[in-house]
Amino acid sequence: MSDPKKTSLHGEHEKLGASFTDFGGWDMPLKYGSELAEHKAVRATAGLFDLSHMGEVWVQGPQAATFLNSALAGNMAIMAVGRAKYSVICNADGGIIDDLITYRRAEDKFLVVPNAGNAPVVAAALAERAAGFDVLVTDASADTSLIAVQGPASVAILEQLIDAASHDVLTGMKYYAADEVAVAGHDVLLARTGYTGEDGFELYLPNAQAPALWAALMEAGAAHGLVPAGLACRDSLRLEAGMPLYGNELSLDVTPFDAGLGGIVSFKKEEDFVGRAALEAKKAAGTQRALVGLKGLGRRAGRGGYKVMSDGVVVGTVTSGQPSPTLGYPVALAYVDNAFAEIGTELDVDLRGKAEPFEVVALPFYKRDK
Amino acid sequence: MSKVLSGLRYSAEHEWLDASAPAKVGITQVAADALGDVVYVDLPEVGATITAGESCGEVESTKSVSDLYAPVSGTIVAINQDAVDNPAILNEDPYGAGWLFTVDVSEEGPLLSAQDYASANGGDVE
Repeated sequence: MSDPKKTSLHGEHEKLGASFTDFGGWDMPLKYGSELAEHKAVRATAGLFDLSHMGEVWVQGPQAATFLNSALAGNMAIMAVGRAKYSVICNADGGIIDDLITYRRAEDKFLVVPNAGNAPVVAAALAERAAGFDVLVTDASADTSLIAVQGPASVAILEQLIDAASHDVLTGMKYYAADEVAVAGHDVLLARTGYTGEDGFELYLPNAQAPALWAALMEAGAAHGLVPAGLACRDSLRLEAGMPLYGNELSLDVTPFDAGLGGIVSFKKEEDFVGRAALEAKKAAGTQRALVGLKGLGRRAGRGGYKVMSDGVVVGTVTSGQPSPTLGYPVALAYVDNAFAEIGTELDVDLRGKAEPFEVVALPFYKRDK
Repeated sequence: MSKVLSGLRYSAEHEWLDASAPAKVGITQVAADALGDVVYVDLPEVGATITAGESCGEVESTKSVSDLYAPVSGTIVAINQDAVDNPAILNEDPYGAGWLFTVDVSEEGPLLSAQDYASANGGDVE
């Protein structure tokens, strides 16, 4: 095993006293103090995240849109310039290689953002699938940093660092959109595509400028209650928001239909995308299982890998589970047989030999007031 | 660095035991820091018999759940209801207000000195 990679902000995290964990081959901050306090700060004020381990793959050229339509399951060609789209990249069997966000920066220019551990695999798959298309696929992951400001105070914090002339870019930006703007003097790609269930922004910029921008955000955010936030709270925040995590809910063994992501697969587009035939067959055959939300009726949390039971019979498996800091009860995502997926179904989770009651509830568990 | 108190003895499974009778038991700061924010503790009942080296409860954090192992054999005399009601005190004060139970010791398991525990698990002996 080679040494884990470090982001351009690793030194900032060390200065802040972070404890680190290996995530997708990267040495990432897990928490800076209490992960519960960080979670609550993101819900109440704001948290600052280093997401530089995420990948950044540029796709440019006259056939960029057509190419992405053949490489990804979604319809990227219909996306307007300035917008973003959530999609999946599948293999020929319809299994999910990764879930990713794609930004359209120009008619012929897209930025694809895969997950940390999958970034090299996605970049390689895109490069391979680009054969025969008039496109250039460039993996900029190693040179690009990504900082996220998440929480209700995000706009107020960023407003301090953006020229008055560009304020409209910030305040007028829709969810799942992006634009170029100077933040604290650094030219960044500013996106509003959060993963925490809160309002928030992601800032893409070259590695060399990331520590200075991080420091500027920390300083501007201090008066607004901004705290540095690690991967531990990112996971509890995304779980409350009911969002799937690659490696937990999504994998090569899972189709988008199993994961409740059937809506992002486009069979209407003209292009024959990788996995299309397999996914059409799977859609026609129907799913056997469904990804559901479980609310714990007791105090104990179900954890990834724990069995879901009905009258003592195994009917599913938990993929993610934790006590919800915001809601005050345990929540979990689980794959269960379709017959047990209806809202209100009472199930048990086998907590190390003890059956604890849970109930199927609608996702997301937590939704912010808008 | 996490503290390891010199006046206590330790199990390899991260419990501490003091020298009083009945003996007071808790988990170390090394363990509490590694677990993250503790959100639930499951303790043996008063009067229950525990066996050195065997699981006698659970400690659950936001990220994971771990067994609580008995550092000694004996009978539970008291449990710390404050730790059950407010598990965060295991993080805030693991050697003080975050103690877990007291036990009338019948037989000790293998116990480590503060120095040996710190050498094996990290932490500063104080």
